[in-house]
Order: sequence, then structure tokens, then C-alpha cells
Amino acid sequence: MTLNGWLQIAILVVALTLITKPLGLYLAAVFGPDPQQGSRGRTFLDPVLRPIERLIYRLTRVNENKEQNWKQYTVSMLVFSAVTLLVTYLVQRIQQALPLNPQGLDAVSPGLAFNTAASFTTNTNWQNYYPETTMSYFTTTLQLNFHNFVSPAVGIVLAVALVRGIARREANTIGNFWVDMTRTILYVLVPISIVLSTLLLSQGVVQNLNSYTQVTTVEGGTQGLQQGLLASQEAIKELGNNGGGTLNANSAHPYENPTPFSNFLEMFAILAISSGLIYMLGVMVGNRRQGWAIYAAVLSLLLIGIFVAYAAEASGNPNLHGVNATAVQDGPNAQAGGNMEGKEVRFGIANSATFAAVTTATSTGAVNSMHDSFTPIGGLVPLFNIAVGEVIFGGAGAGLYGVLMFVILAVFIAGLMVGRTPEFLGKKIESHEMKLVMLGILVLEGGILIMAAAAIVNPDALTSLANQGPHGLSEILYAYTSTIGNNGSAFAGLNGNTTWFNTTLGINTLVGRYLFIVPVMGIAGSLARKKVVPQTAGTFPTTGPLFVGLLIGVIVIVSALTFFPAWSLGAIVEHLLMGTGTQF
Amino acid sequence: MNTINDNTSPTTLEEEKSNFVTDILRAVLITIVLTVLVSLIYPAIVWGIGQAAFNHQANGSLISDAKGNVIGSDLIGQQFTQAKYFHGRPSAASTSVYTGTNGAVSNITTSSGTNYGPTNATLISPITGTVAINAQNVLSEDLGIQVSLPLSGTQPSVPVDLVTASASGLDPDITPAAAEIQIARVAKARGLSEDQVRQLVNQYTEGRDLGIFGEPRVNVLKLNLALDALKK
Repeated sequence: MTLNGWLQIAILVVALTLITKPLGLYLAAVFGPDPQQGSRGRTFLDPVLRPIERLIYRLTRVNENKEQNWKQYTVSMLVFSAVTLLVTYLVQRIQQALPLNPQGLDAVSPGLAFNTAASFTTNTNWQNYYPETTMSYFTTTLQLNFHNFVSPAVGIVLAVALVRGIARREANTIGNFWVDMTRTILYVLVPISIVLSTLLLSQGVVQNLNSYTQVTTVEGGTQGLQQGLLASQEAIKELGNNGGGTLNANSAHPYENPTPFSNFLEMFAILAISSGLIYMLGVMVGNRRQGWAIYAAVLSLLLIGIFVAYAAEASGNPNLHGVNATAVQDGPNAQAGGNMEGKEVRFGIANSATFAAVTTATSTGAVNSMHDSFTPIGGLVPLFNIAVGEVIFGGAGAGLYGVLMFVILAVFIAGLMVGRTPEFLGKKIESHEMKLVMLGILVLEGGILIMAAAAIVNPDALTSLANQGPHGLSEILYAYTSTIGNNGSAFAGLNGNTTWFNTTLGINTLVGRYLFIVPVMGIAGSLARKKVVPQTAGTFPTTGPLFVGLLIGVIVIVSALTFFPAWSLGAIVEHLLMGTGTQF
Repeated sequence: MNTINDNTSPTTLEEEKSNFVTDILRAVLITIVLTVLVSLIYPAIVWGIGQAAFNHQANGSLISDAKGNVIGSDLIGQQFTQAKYFHGRPSAASTSVYTGTNGAVSNITTSSGTNYGPTNATLISPITGTVAINAQNVLSEDLGIQVSLPLSGTQPSVPVDLVTASASGLDPDITPAAAEIQIARVAKARGLSEDQVRQLVNQYTEGRDLGIFGEPRVNVLKLNLALDALKK
């Protein structure tokens, strides 16, 4: 670990903290103050965007003043998701007959097309294929890029609906799905993406529709470099916590992430929206300290993950030290040594470990280094971050509604301890809400453990492993954790393009998304209907350090108790064996 | 059908059904409209900015020779094996010939890491592992030290980036330490003095972005092209 490495991490944290409030205020303006109380929020982009917004409503026959109850809102969301999933499946199946396919890439096979459609619709972006030889420019831009906008938008609007449920009193409705989604894309995702794309272009991310560049290298070898509309997609890929690479190596590929500065921009973009949404919660419920309290809890968890991953990767693999492959550790041109297998020189250890923690704490799943080649403890950090439910900032919107489930659980546990009916921001938390919270959490945990157990006893599935021994177990656990958490990063040695994995992982992305969302929306509807009870001396405060500590504890304990046995057999056993030089 | 259904809960089954049908129609309409916005207009705006303001970068940062043939990209690493060139990092990327359904025949390079785990024998075996074999080669080629595997541990240390594969397989860079260890070999193969080569290496060593971000690095392709351009 180097001082410079820590300085880069510190700059990221400071920049994120500085953007949280302005972005949160902007988001609150986009979705508030509260359409129920009359006026819609105004933003500085209204003069440009408001006419476009009105045009969209006219074309799609949406009445922006009509609201929906939680069931209607949820049904609209599910119908929309189903339609877009189907279209993406169909386009992949016929891409060879569509334009923008200079290399003549063939139709995607049915299993893979299902997996990819489910994965991109659910904001997961798990990829069982090599993009270079599988997806045409048409499929990438018109379908995958489309989902990169709408899937985070769906997450954001659901979070907004839940926040409205908390903020409103004795209300039946929680907003209009079509309006909220349109405003998310138009006012939030597109403008920020244009700015970010421009910065990425300046660093060397490509944006063209040329056929693959045929290169004769200096020593007479050949390369065929994929081009495409990468800059526009890279921006929303990170900003919307999508993570699906236009190239196989994802954000490790120089065309997706050419410089350390572009790498910084990408990490910042990954965290920005989720961070702003946490502040937006505080604004919309009229208690800004609530936003900062949640921010403090998740930032602490993120920093712990970064620290552990950085320490593990910087200390390297003792079995490589055995062949004396150590780096020069000091001097003016020092390259931090450590486990450089599967990492890029321009990023080094610090940026690779930070990116791994950031991309998995949020449900992004883009990678700038190969997690499969991390040290066992370094690789456990991404697995942990995803397994806790994608609530450490989490996905766009999904992180906020996910962490609010844990907040409700924490408030409930605090209520049990003092023997009082738990409340959150004036709303009583009762058995109905608690059943829904536990249902959501159990779906995530069951989906991981049951599916992974099924894979382990299936000999066909085991032939997909790239690494044997405890690392192989980690590959399988990671795959099911990543798909349930809608993350999409991988221990990428696992060959997922088989009938078994295309099917089970595809189903897992749908389970992790929709079976979690329905209970969330049920809670939104039920909270919206409730009265606000006045705060008393006996009310457990949800903004102080005590609450922050409790929330961290609940998040860690609920997942650690569930997964610790499985992780022990994977990463922890491997760590011990690595120290003894055991090979598999 | 000019408005969505009313905001109160549907009271009859019929109303729910009509809600559902309306939702499907609206989902189709909004999919079309949003596709135009985010998959046509938005990429086109970025394309315009890229082609106008960052033409070189937006088109792949390509490098051409005097005849106009593309010989590489500033950003993409190439494999070098000859003694007169600096060598980049081991790579798991692969290039293969692809015949498209439209009859197009082209090379396609697939970026990839090895994805070897930290206890994978292929990576760490002291006798047959890739790291040990790479280290043996570096010692022999660059330092003229012939050793047998497993290494005894008494030989000089080797920069870790020269013996491990990068994440993309297309890493264009090596560390300054990895360049330094190759200077003697390159100078000898080219009949140049080590100082001449070292001067060029220093010239092509990039510092951290803005003095802070990333790690110092040497772009192997640019350095090798500069070597070829040197007059002896």
C-alpha cells in the first residue's frame, strides 16, 4: 500500500461527499416537491427539457397529473420490463439480418439470448459471451444501451415511490410510473451521460461505427480491434450501475477505460447517483440528517471493503514471491507491487482494488481487473459487498430501497430491545411491513444458497469451472451471488455459456430483481396509507451515531451469519492453503 | 385512451383488465419513444462531439505508417518477441479469423485475462507455472542469467508486471522497472549505448495523471516505434 494509493482513495471519497448534496437536491427537484401538493419540481434544465417531456407524454398518451396506487405502479413496471425483455430477446435472435453488423456476427443462441435479455433488463449485465464475437453494433446500441438507461430508471423510480410512501400521510397513491421513468431518463441520466461521455472521449474512449480495425502489428502479427459507440455506452454503463462491457475485458480494456483519469471518472460515476438518492431521501422526508446517517453507514462499509481489498492485493500472492517476482517498491518511479495477475499497469493495485470494491458495493459489476485472479481475501470483498444485498450505495435506486429494508429491520430490532412499537420517520412499523421485509431478504439469501448448492451437486455444471479446489466453489458462489444481487461482475473463469448456467443465472437475475421489488412496493403502499405519529421521548432516533452503528451491524450480521459457512469453505480455506503453497 | 386510468384502486375486474391492456400498449409506445431518445439521439450527440472535438480518440487512437497502413493504436498493447524491441506483458487475448454471415472475413481480437485463481497450479507451480517460466525467460533474455526451475531464490528479482498477464490482455504499458530491466538487451541488439536507450525510455515514461491518478508507466508500442525511428 502506498501513500499515493490512499490519496487517490481519499480524493474519491471527498469528491463523492461534495456531489451528494447538490445531486440530491437536484433529484429531489426532479421528483418533488410532491406532485400531490400541486406544483411539480422545477429544474434549471426545464427550458430545454420540458417541451421534450411534454412531447413524450403526448406520443405515449400519458396524463402526467394522474397518479397510481402501489399495485398499479408495480404492474406498469412489470409490464414494461416484460415487453423490453422480449424485444431484446428477439433482436438478438435475428441480429444477423439487421443493419450495423459489419463483421456479420451470427444470431445469438436461444439460451444465451434469454440470459442476456434477462440480465440487462434487470440491471444485472451478467455476460456469458465474448462481446467482440457475439453482439452486433445494432444489438449493443439499440438494445443493451437501451436497457442501460431504462433498467436504472426503473430502480430509481421504485426508490422514489418508496420514499413517497414514507413521506406521504394517509395517501392512496405513490406517483405515476410512466412519468417518473420519463423524468429520470430525461432530466437525470441523459444530461449527466452526455457530460461524462465527452470527458471519456477526451481520454480515448471510441465512438464510431467503423468495421473492426484490421491491424498488422510492428512484428507482423494481426489484430482486429472492435470499434463501436463505446463512449456513449460507457458513460451510462457506469452511471446507471449497469456494468455490461461492450468489450470482453470490460473497463480493463483500454478502449473502455484508457487512462487512470478515466478510471477515476468511472468510479465517481458509479457512486454518484446512489449517493445523491440517499440525500434526496432526506430532502423528501423533510429530515436531511436521515440522509446523512444512511450515507455514513454505507460509506463506512465501503471504506472497510476498500481497505481489506487493497491490503490483500498489495501484499500479493506468496507463491509468486517464491519465484522472486517482486516489484520495485520504492523510488521516484515506483510501481506498487503486489498481485498484478489480471490487473492493468496504468491502474496499479490501488485503483484495481478500489474499483473492485466500488463496482460490487454498488450493483454495477463493471471490472477494471479480473476478480477471479484476486487473492482469496481480496476476492472475498466483492463477494461480501454483493451478498449483503447491494445496499452499500447499491444500484441506482435499488441501493436506496434495499438499504431502507435494512433500516426498517434495524428499527424493528431496536424496538424489540426497548419494548416499544418501532417507528421510522413517524410511520409505525408493524407486522405487515416486517413480513414483507423478511420475505425480500430471504428471497435474496435463498436464491444464492439454494441455486449454488444445486450447481455444486450437478457434475455438468462443475465442468464449467476454470479453477479447481476451494477457488472453484468461490466461482460458483460468486456467479449466483452476482446474479441475485443484480451486480453482473464475475469470477470470469467460469464458463457460463452452457444450458445450465444460462438458465439458472438468467432466472436468478429475475428472482433477485422482481421478487425483491414486489415486497418493497407493498411496503411503499402500506406506509403511504399510514398516519404520522408524533415523536416522543421514547422514539428511537434514526439519525445519530447509535443508529448508524446499529444499521451497519444489522447489514453485516444478517449476511455474515447466512453466508459465512459457505465463504469459509471457499475463500477462507483457500487463503489458508495459499499460505502453504498448495496448488490445484 | 387519452389518459391513464384513474388514481383510485380499481374496483372491478374489468377495470383491472383494462388497466393491464393499457399498460401493455403504453409499454410498447414508450419503448419506441425512449429507444429513439437514448439509443439514437443520445449516441448521435456523443458521436458528433467525438468526431468534431476528439477525432483521433473517437476513432480508436490509431497509428499509421508512412504508407497509411494501420499498424496499431496508442492504447492497445501488441506482442513483441524480438530482442531489439521492448516486450510488453504476457497476454491472454486472442485473435482469430471470423467469417461473418454476410461473407465478411476479418480478424477479431478478443480481450481477456487468464482468470487463473491464486492457487491455480497453471499460474503458481514453481516448475510448470506461467509465472515461473516467464521469470526464467526474463532472467535469461534480459540479464543473461541461465537458471533452472524451480528458482533458487538467490537470483535478482523480476518486475511482477513482466511475468503476470494483464486484465485485458491488451495492456499497452509496462512499469518503469520492467522497462529498465530490458534496456541492456535492447541496446545490445540495436548497437546503441544503454544511455541512448535509457534516455528514450525516460522520454516515454508517463507520470501519474495530474500527478496523482494511476501509476507511472511506459507505453511499449510508442517506445518501440520511437526506437525504430532513431537514426543510428
